[in-house]
Amino acid sequence: MALENLSLSVAAGEFVALLGGSGSGKSTLLRVVAGFERPDAGRVVLNGRDITQAPPPARDVAMMFQSYALFPHMSVRENIAYGLRRAGAEPRAIAARVAELVALLRLEGLEARRPAQLSGGQQQRVALARALARRPALLLLDEPLAALDAGLRERTGLELRALQRRTGASFVMVTHDQSEALALADRVALLEGGRIAQVAPPRELYDRPATRGVARFLGAANILEAGGPIPLAPETPAPAYALRPERIALVAEAPPVNGVRAVVEEVAFRGADALLLARPAGGEALRVVLPAGAALPERGAQIALAWEAAALAPLAA
Amino acid sequence: MRRLFLALGLCFLWAPILLMAAYAFSESRTPYVWGGFSLRWFAALAANERLIEAAWLSLRIAAGSATLATLLGLLLGWVLARHGPFAGRPLFGALAGAPLVLPEVVMGLALLLLFVALQGLLGWPAQRGALTVWLAHSALGMAYVAVLVQARLAALDPRLEEAAADLGASPFAVFRTITLPLIAPSLAAGWGLAFTLSLDDVVLASFVSGPGATTLPVYLFSQLRLGLTPEANALAVVLLGLAGLGLFGLAVILRRGRVETPPSRE
Amino acid sequence: MIRTAAWLALGLLVAAPLAIVLGMGFGSVAPGVPPVRWPIGAEGWQGSLEAWSLLFADGYYLDAFLRALRLAALTATLCLVIGFGMALGIASARPERQLLLLALVLLPFWTGFVLRLSAWVGLLRDSGWINTVLLSLGLIEAPLALLYTEGAMLAGMVHGYLPFAVLPLYATLARRDPALEEAAADLGASPFTVFRTVTLPLAAPAAAAAFLLVFIPAAGEVVIPELLGAPDSILIGRAIWAEFFQTRDWPAAAALATALLAVLLLPVALYQRLARR
Repeated sequence: MALENLSLSVAAGEFVALLGGSGSGKSTLLRVVAGFERPDAGRVVLNGRDITQAPPPARDVAMMFQSYALFPHMSVRENIAYGLRRAGAEPRAIAARVAELVALLRLEGLEARRPAQLSGGQQQRVALARALARRPALLLLDEPLAALDAGLRERTGLELRALQRRTGASFVMVTHDQSEALALADRVALLEGGRIAQVAPPRELYDRPATRGVARFLGAANILEAGGPIPLAPETPAPAYALRPERIALVAEAPPVNGVRAVVEEVAFRGADALLLARPAGGEALRVVLPAGAALPERGAQIALAWEAAALAPLAA
Repeated sequence: MRRLFLALGLCFLWAPILLMAAYAFSESRTPYVWGGFSLRWFAALAANERLIEAAWLSLRIAAGSATLATLLGLLLGWVLARHGPFAGRPLFGALAGAPLVLPEVVMGLALLLLFVALQGLLGWPAQRGALTVWLAHSALGMAYVAVLVQARLAALDPRLEEAAADLGASPFAVFRTITLPLIAPSLAAGWGLAFTLSLDDVVLASFVSGPGATTLPVYLFSQLRLGLTPEANALAVVLLGLAGLGLFGLAVILRRGRVETPPSRE
Repeated sequence: MIRTAAWLALGLLVAAPLAIVLGMGFGSVAPGVPPVRWPIGAEGWQGSLEAWSLLFADGYYLDAFLRALRLAALTATLCLVIGFGMALGIASARPERQLLLLALVLLPFWTGFVLRLSAWVGLLRDSGWINTVLLSLGLIEAPLALLYTEGAMLAGMVHGYLPFAVLPLYATLARRDPALEEAAADLGASPFTVFRTVTLPLAAPAAAAAFLLVFIPAAGEVVIPELLGAPDSILIGRAIWAEFFQTRDWPAAAALATALLAVLLLPVALYQRLARR
C-alpha cells in the first residue's frame, strides 16, 4: 500500500489513533515510522532528529506488533529484558526495570513462563512491557486489541489509555475499529487510500466529519446532498452535509426546510434507543435514532421529521 | 551476506555437474580433456545396448516399486494416523519408520537374507532379480509414503469426513469421495519420492539383485569402478535435461493449481 | 482387517529381515549356496559366536566404526553449516524466487548419485580437470594426489548429503514469523544479534534434526568411500560390504550390521524425538 503526500505530527505525550479500513495505508505508515520500510520521499522526524534513514535499532521508537511477536524460546522476563540487554544495561538495572514493568502490567508470578503458557491478555501485556522497557519516546501499537476476546477488549483499552498517561510517552495506535479509536485517542487520523482524510479529536471527527468518505467510514450518519430532494437550510453552504441520526426528531408537521415527510420502512428497538429507517418521497432512506421511551411509529406509517440547521455538518467533498 | 552463502553453496553443488555436462560435448576420448565440440558420446550412449537395457529395467522397477510403495505406505500411514493407541502401536511406529533411518547397507543385507531364507523355506522367490529388487525398493519407499500420508491425514479437518458421513456417505464412500481426493497430493508426492529413490539406488539393488537384472545405477557403479567414460557425461546431460523438464512441468502444474496469492499486507 | 494387512507388510518387509540379520550374526560360514549354516537347523540350535568374536578380535572393525562415525560427524557438521546458510538465503529470497532456488538445490540430486560421483572423479583424479588446469597454468609441476583421499571422500559426502540438510532447514526457516526478527531489531538488536538471539535458537531443533538426518545414513555409507576414498580407509559400511561380497562371510557381515544398528540406535531415537515435535 502506497502512502501519498501525507503529513502528521504527534505531540509529546499524545495518543493518536490511525483509523482506516484495510488498504488505507495505516499499517504502512506505522512501519515507515518504525523503520521497517523506507519511504521513497519525505521525512520522519523524532524530537527534532531526522530518522528517515536510521535502521530500527537506532530509533527511539518501539513497536508492539499485532501478533505480539513474543520470542517463543524466551521467558517473560527474558522477553522484557531483551531490549535492555541490547542497550548494554547493567544486570542489576535490567532486573530493576523488569520488576518495575512486571508490577506496572500486573505480570507478577509469570516471569518464568514461556509465551505459549500465557493467556491472550497476558501475552498482550508482556508485549507492552517489552516495548516500554527502554522508555521509548514513541510507542507504536499495531492493532493492540485485535487479538483479544471481545469481553477483554474494552477493559484492556482503558488500561492502555491509563498506561499511556502514566508513562507519558507518545502512543500511535493503528486500528480498524472506530469505537476503539474514538474511545482511546486524543486525536484520530482517518486514512483513506494512502492519504489522511481528516485529523481531529474524536468528538470533532464524529460531529463534524470533513468529507463524505469520513462520514461514510464512521458510519451511521446520513449524507444529504445540497440540491437533493430534501430542502435544506444550513448554516454554512457546502456540497453535502452529514446528519447524525440522533439529531433528527419526530415532529407533528414537517417544516418547509430542514424537515421532510417520510414512510417508516423498518423499526428496530435496541434497548437504550430505537432505530428507524424512514424513506422520504424520491430520496434515500434516513436513519433516525429515537430515545427510549418515545412513542414508536408503526411500520408503513407516514411520519414527519425535522432537524436544526446546526445539525447539518458541512462536507468538503 | 545471506545471498553470498547461497551463491557459494549453489556453486559447490553445480560446479562438478556443469563441468561434467560441458565435457559431454568434447570430442576427446579422455574425459575432462577438451578435444573440440562433438556429439559422438551421445551417439555412443544411444548405441550402448547394455546401458539402455539397464535404464529400461530401472524405469520399470522404479514405476512398479513406487506404485506398491504408495499402496503400502497409504496402509501404514492410515493406521498410524487413524487407529489411535492400539496394542503394539510403538512397535508398529518404529517398524514403519525404520527404513527411513536404516543404513542402506544394513537394509540391503537384511532384505537379501530374507529372500535367501524364504527361498530355503518356501522355494520362493526362486531366484533373485527384478522381482526382489522391486520388493526391496517398495519396502524402502513405503516408509517415505507413510510419513507423508500420516502428516496429511493428521492435518485434515475431521469435520469434512463427519459432514460427508452426516450426508449419508458410507465409510467407504467417505474415504473414496472425501479422504482420498484430499490426501492425493501426498500420495503423488510419495509416489514421486519412491520412484526417485528406486531409480537412484545402488546399494539395495547390489545386494538383492541377481544375474541378468542389472539396474542402471548398479551398471554405472561397476563401470565407474573400471574407469570413467565420456558416455557417463553424456548420460548426465540427458538425465539433467529430463529432471529439469520434469521439474519445469511440476512448477507449471503447481503454479496453475495455486489459488490466488493471499493479499499482501497493507 | 486394515491393521492386520499393515502389520503383515511391516512384518514381512521390515521386522523379518531385521530379525534374520540378528540371527545370521550367530550363524557360521559353510561351503555351499548360500555359503552359511543358519543358527537354527533341523537339529535345533547350532549357532556360534564366531562372527561376533571376529568383531572384537582386533582393532580393525573398531577402527572402521570410529572412522565412519568421524566422517559422518564431519559430513553432517559441514552440511549443517553450509545448509543453514543456504536455507536462510532461500527463505529470505522473494517468495516467487524461492521455488526456483529450491529446484536449483534439488536438481543436481536428480542427475543420479553415481553420475555425480563420476563428476568428482573427473574433477579430482591425476589427469582430472583441477590438475589439468593447475598444470597448464604452471602453478604445480606434478599432479596433486586429490582423488582417493579423505578430502575427496568428504567433498563427495557433503555434495551428496547437502540437500538432506537444506530441505528441513528451509521448511523451518520459511515458516518463521518475520515479526519476531523485526521485533528484535526494533528493540535494538543488530542484524548479527538478531540472528544469534532469535533466528538461530528458534531453528535449533530443525538444525539438530538436519544434522542427524545427514549423520545417520552417512555413518553407513558405502558407495562414496568406495569410489572416492583411499582403498585402505576402511569404514564400517565398506567393511560390511566387503565381508558380504568379497570374503563371503555372511555371519560376519550380519554381526557388523547388527553392531552398526546398535551404535545408531541413540542418534535414531534422538532424531525421532525431534521429528515428532
